[in-house]
Amino acid sequence: MSLRSPIGRVLGLGAAKEGVSHWWSQRVTSVALLFLGLWFVASLLRMPTFGYEFVVAWIAAPLNAVLLLLLIATLVYHSQLGVQVVVEDYVHHHGLKIATMMLLTFAHVAVAALAIFAVLRIAFGGAG
Amino acid sequence: MALSILHRVTGCALSVGLLLFVYWLVAAATGHDAYDTAHAFFAHPLVRVLLIGFSFAFFYHLLNGVRHMTWDTGHGLERKAARLSGWIVFLGAIATTALFWVLILRYAGGAA
Repeated sequence: MSLRSPIGRVLGLGAAKEGVSHWWSQRVTSVALLFLGLWFVASLLRMPTFGYEFVVAWIAAPLNAVLLLLLIATLVYHSQLGVQVVVEDYVHHHGLKIATMMLLTFAHVAVAALAIFAVLRIAFGGAG
Repeated sequence: MALSILHRVTGCALSVGLLLFVYWLVAAATGHDAYDTAHAFFAHPLVRVLLIGFSFAFFYHLLNGVRHMTWDTGHGLERKAARLSGWIVFLGAIATTALFWVLILRYAGGAA
């Protein structure tokens, strides 16, 4: 016998509420980061120098710029999902938990905005 | 193996390390002088040690993430298999980190 309401069963809602989508997003970003992360590591290894001219030209190349934007967005989202679990597990005071999460969300959004702006500025030739 | 907590520790470390990655990008977007300052910062011995730590965290979290997702499919959960894969991931992360830095310092941009 199921204790779940018919509408809950149809919508796939259980006690976990949004937990399933959190779990799934964590997995989707993990798989994406496996590829994007290895691409970035391989890219670093293929750079003959980390000097300014080379790095800016590398970031400005369309494919690199787009992959960097995807890497940044996925990293930040994955990080946000990850630290959320850590905060939920270790911060027990309700108010403090909400405040910490809000602060971490602000930090993540700010980091994403900064990084995305930096890549776009280089890609569209506004740097230097 | 009592290393499951290491996935969280490395994950949190990487969230902090993200700031260095963003600093690198913002410095490049700011201009030549700002980038040279960042370049000198990353070349500092103490920062290098930090970067080696972050690269280990990266490779450990990546490899152990694959291990976690293998568990999600229901495979490798037996104690013996989990213990073995735990060691493979840990030693693999050390080996990959070492290889990464040898390549960076010998053949890639770190040599310059």
